[in-house]
Amino acid sequence: MYEKEVVVIGGGPSGLSAAVEAAKRGAKVLLVDENLRAGGQLFKQIHKFFGSSAHKAGVRGIDIAVDLLEQARVHGVEIWLNSVAVGLFKDKKVAIKRTFEDKLEKLEIIQAKKIVIATGASENAVRFRGWTLPGVMGAGAAQTMINVNRVLPGERILMIGSGNVGLIVSYQLLQAGAEVIAVIEAAPQIGGYGVHAAKIRRAGVPIYTSHTILEAKGEKYVEEAVICEVDNKWQPISGTEKVLKVDTITIAAGLKPLTELAMMHDCQCSFIPQLGGWVPLHDKNMESTSPGIYLVGDVAGVEEANTALEEGRLAGTSITETLNYISTEEAERLKKEIWQRLNELRMGPFGEGRMLAKSNILEECKASNC
Amino acid sequence: MRVNDHIILGKDKRDEIVEIKVDGETIQAKKDEMIIAALMANGIKINRYTVKNNRPRGIFCGIGQCTDCVMVVNGKPNVRTCVTPVEEGMVIETQHGVERSKK
Amino acid sequence: MALRKKGFLTKEELLASKCYPSEKRMSEGPVAVIECNEEIPCNPCEVACKFQAISIGNPITNAPILDENLCTGCGLCIARCPGLAIFVIDKTYSEKEGLISFPYEYLPLPLTGSIVESVNREGKVVSSGKVIKVLNSKSLDRTPVVTIAVPKDKLDEVRGIKRLERNDSK
Repeated sequence: MYEKEVVVIGGGPSGLSAAVEAAKRGAKVLLVDENLRAGGQLFKQIHKFFGSSAHKAGVRGIDIAVDLLEQARVHGVEIWLNSVAVGLFKDKKVAIKRTFEDKLEKLEIIQAKKIVIATGASENAVRFRGWTLPGVMGAGAAQTMINVNRVLPGERILMIGSGNVGLIVSYQLLQAGAEVIAVIEAAPQIGGYGVHAAKIRRAGVPIYTSHTILEAKGEKYVEEAVICEVDNKWQPISGTEKVLKVDTITIAAGLKPLTELAMMHDCQCSFIPQLGGWVPLHDKNMESTSPGIYLVGDVAGVEEANTALEEGRLAGTSITETLNYISTEEAERLKKEIWQRLNELRMGPFGEGRMLAKSNILEECKASNC
Repeated sequence: MRVNDHIILGKDKRDEIVEIKVDGETIQAKKDEMIIAALMANGIKINRYTVKNNRPRGIFCGIGQCTDCVMVVNGKPNVRTCVTPVEEGMVIETQHGVERSKK
Repeated sequence: MALRKKGFLTKEELLASKCYPSEKRMSEGPVAVIECNEEIPCNPCEVACKFQAISIGNPITNAPILDENLCTGCGLCIARCPGLAIFVIDKTYSEKEGLISFPYEYLPLPLTGSIVESVNREGKVVSSGKVIKVLNSKSLDRTPVVTIAVPKDKLDEVRGIKRLERNDSK
């Protein structure tokens, strides 16, 4: 069994950010990621990020990823790739199935002083007749195929969901050379930013609000999709069926936090629809109800890359405070700045649901004596 | 279809090719790419058939979470093709149920 | 608002926002048009403008406001907007034609001098156009800016071109 000071589980934006923040102040950090390359969802985000220009707005996600990895290297973060955290046990013991360069696999048990869970979220499925046919996939899967693997998953796409993921991935599918036949949205209005919708409308992609999918048809893979209008009770309106000739149906219907490890360590969770489902509670330091276990990024509530980066910094800062690498005063100053940026990112009509949900989490966490 | 050139990603500079066998047929793949990418680039959309009703399945989540893309690789079943890189001479077979090979 | 249902702003909504220049200003030379009126935390446009013609301030969810008198129509902001929502219009190009510059992140890029089909906010072809300039320098960080000449009376409608055929092979 190893002993490590700080173990970060998950090398996406929040995990990398937490690792860098802690390491640069002197903590010894091990970051574990199940993939062959760290960076999480960042390497799929080829578009320029929104947010404050003082903090990486206007920079493409892929470039932020490269920069973060470089910072991790410079600050001496130890990274185990191709390694999966398979269990988290009381008290702060993590079991990792580690795969070495020569393919050798070993189960390592690590006793950590502090653990950051940055496991992210997974895509929701929308079930309809024929949804299991090859050609039906998550929008994230399509995004991985085009932006990371550089292969088109299909040529004629139906996108289900008009939130930012649905709109952005539709745009990226166009950039990769696919035709997006339509975006459908069950709600009566488009979910994502107007500017994202405007980009794809300019490219001739229709967005059908108050529409749902009835069926995916095909012998061995998707050949057609049947969509229809829905009424204000979300029920299909008979007679409005339309058949679209598509070979791929991508589902962008939200994400839910991957909370298994947090639950294994008895972190208290709450069911919060605005943040994706079951969300482990955390305090203003991003510490869970289980002392020494921190939660950052989508696992602490599905938001976006910008908030993930900030929450990672927050946890990294809090951890170095409790490990006495920085003074309480310095930590309070840094944390205050980060909270200001987080609040700014959660302002406006698109963020206020999340802002409220996050403040409820802090309340609930306090009430359960975090 | 491969995305050989892209306004943001630039030209695909990977030019090392490896050969793999898929259900007996040799196909070309780019060195170190994920198996699913090589299959998709060659128009192969079906990875496996289900146990009970023999229904086709293909990529769903793309990041190793859902197991819809698993195939028999070098004789080993249930290998997630979306997170496993190709290797020269790799033998890949469409998986039927949870067994090793076609019934 | 039409944006929430249809995915694009109508002329009325644009005129009501603080980013559509007056006819007077448009008759004086090139000027930016910022088609972004939602409260999103975002402010690269404010920082991009050398002439401080775009204000957002605090909080950064404020919708941008364009000072048409400070704006020179230089177009620096076009590639910097993550939402690809900024355009530059020049109604003084010639007697019958005007210019529109827009962000265009697709391949193939159109060739200077070629004839293209201009599209409106719904992607419908509105007129033919001639490609006057295609910028794709490193400072644009892979957001090329294309300038086309179209009939002047179409300038308030045209916001891009119909994408060109790709020649990607396997």
